[in-house]
Amino acid sequence: MDTESTYSGYSYYSGRSRGSHRHSERSRDRHSKSRSKDSSSRSEKNVTINAPPVEPLLGDQPPPPPGDDTQDDNWGETTTAVTGTSEHSLSQEDIVRITKDLEESVGLGCRRYLSLTLGLLLGLLVFLTPLAFLVIPQVLWPERLQPCGTACEGLFISVAFKLLILLLAVWALFLRSPRASLPRVFVFRALLALLVLLLVLSYWLFYGVRILDSQDENYQGIVQYAVSLVDAMLFIHYLAIVLLELRQLQPCFSVCVTRSTDGETRHYNLGQLSIQRAAMVILENYYKDFPVHNPALLTASKSRAAKHLAGLKVYNVDGPGNNATAGQSQSRAMIAAAARRRDTSHNELYYEEADHERRVRKRKARLVVAVEEAFTHVRRMQEEELKKPPGEVMDPREAAQAIFPSMARALQKYLRTTRQQHCHSMESIQKHLAFCITNNMTPKAFLESYLTPGPTLQYGRERWMASQWTLVSEASVTSSLRDGTAFLLKCIDFSLVVTTKGMPYIRLSEEFIDPKSHKFVLRLQSETSV
Amino acid sequence: MEPFDNNCTLPVVPGQPVTAVVQRIEIHKLRHADNLILGFSIGGGMDQDPGQNPFSADKTDKGIYVTRVTPKGPAEVAGLKMGDKIMQVNGWDMTMVTHDQARKRLTKKKEDVVRLLVTRKGLEQAVKNAMM
Repeated sequence: MDTESTYSGYSYYSGRSRGSHRHSERSRDRHSKSRSKDSSSRSEKNVTINAPPVEPLLGDQPPPPPGDDTQDDNWGETTTAVTGTSEHSLSQEDIVRITKDLEESVGLGCRRYLSLTLGLLLGLLVFLTPLAFLVIPQVLWPERLQPCGTACEGLFISVAFKLLILLLAVWALFLRSPRASLPRVFVFRALLALLVLLLVLSYWLFYGVRILDSQDENYQGIVQYAVSLVDAMLFIHYLAIVLLELRQLQPCFSVCVTRSTDGETRHYNLGQLSIQRAAMVILENYYKDFPVHNPALLTASKSRAAKHLAGLKVYNVDGPGNNATAGQSQSRAMIAAAARRRDTSHNELYYEEADHERRVRKRKARLVVAVEEAFTHVRRMQEEELKKPPGEVMDPREAAQAIFPSMARALQKYLRTTRQQHCHSMESIQKHLAFCITNNMTPKAFLESYLTPGPTLQYGRERWMASQWTLVSEASVTSSLRDGTAFLLKCIDFSLVVTTKGMPYIRLSEEFIDPKSHKFVLRLQSETSV
Repeated sequence: MEPFDNNCTLPVVPGQPVTAVVQRIEIHKLRHADNLILGFSIGGGMDQDPGQNPFSADKTDKGIYVTRVTPKGPAEVAGLKMGDKIMQVNGWDMTMVTHDQARKRLTKKKEDVVRLLVTRKGLEQAVKNAMM
């Protein structure tokens, strides 16, 4: 007999720490499935699956300003124009101040385009200048130029190839898609751009004075002048590689990154970087190393803390007296009373955790059995069976949909016990099941992604809860890392606390051992009977 | 068994002569097939590792110690005990000899009797008790 029961479950996402200003989406899982007593023939099962409606929580909301890291009660007043700067840094460097003025007036989007156009203009200037140097004399005074034969031709070829090499090198180093947008200007890049500009301008200056004004006839000298400019460009590119890429390769700091909500800690080795670049590296590693942030796991400690506070009430018997000392003595009295009270909450915690552990293991056992049984029902079709009727041959998605109902309940219960149910939606589970069936994975391999929380990157974008980051630092963010530097990377729900420790200076001394000095004696202990 | 003489203490001070309370033991060798046997085993010596000697009080002592005494043998009859340190054999010193030299001194085919001077823990105390 077919039994059909509708079972709707809602995702219990309730761990909200700060009000409502976030722009991630919440999805409600609603599915109905049937439980059939007899699992042998597929045609008797009725499966109705409703795709969960995806609704953003508060409609279309603009992303919160990245500079907003003040207290909650001032939040409404400080949502001002979007800027890219962090208000906590106290840098006074001139270059930085100039670009900061620029930023505050034009905003974040324009800033990116501005730097892009500046870079393009500089690149065009660099590439066209040597060609201009070569072409202008031919155009302006061709009859007065001394003909130069093979030497000039050799120089032309070298100019051409050096420009080609420069083009390829610039493409490799600078024309990569940007991975992040940093709050302050990238100091090294700015310095290099300035250097290039100065070089080109000084070359133009000398060209204008010495060659254009006097209309020099020595064409070979002019060509050599252009070649020297291209050589200088190549050397500046070498300097760019060393400053931008090579300098931070050798690790000299060990940073410890801790997530503030649940204490997950990782350690990374970094080279000499500025604070903002170090933050960028750490955030890139965050997405692939840290397990996804699960607010549902933090409710237990919060309820314990609330119970501690609620346990004691303080009454002021002497009437409204001196407020300052009353407040202090009140808190001290509470602390003393709490210490003296015979608190059994540790007992509860112990038994609750043991109970939870047992429950999780029981559910896991049921889940594993259900999944293994489900996987036995589906099998890859062999070549000889091509004559089967088309109704029975399925593609992976249909096969997944067919075997999913038998394990859905056990999986749902397990996810609910481990409080992961909001991380996985129905269709993501089915998609994963189809993927596993296609790649001949075992039930254990299918379950692996549900038994342990994976890195943040493995989940869909809406589950990350970590997309807008703010760098909070006492030192200027363009200053380099030092031993003892600490800064904060704040997200809406949590923050990453970063502390730095420098690698020690290693003093290595040598000791020479003569190979002939390895001599040994036996430790004898003989016994003779006489 | 002769009475005791040379009453002094056991600890070894480097550079100073060793003094100890000793007991004279006279063993008559037993003829067994073609050999003359005494009925005990020795361990230790100048070329051996003194740290592995279970009987010595001072683990740097490289003297000759009695490691086993065969029951009902000539040595047991004469009063030799396991753990005794042999100081002299027939007048020859045994405190600074190698293991092989000690064996040779004990197993000379021409001698039927060996007279040993041995020392052990408790001899000094026994002397004091006897004198009281």
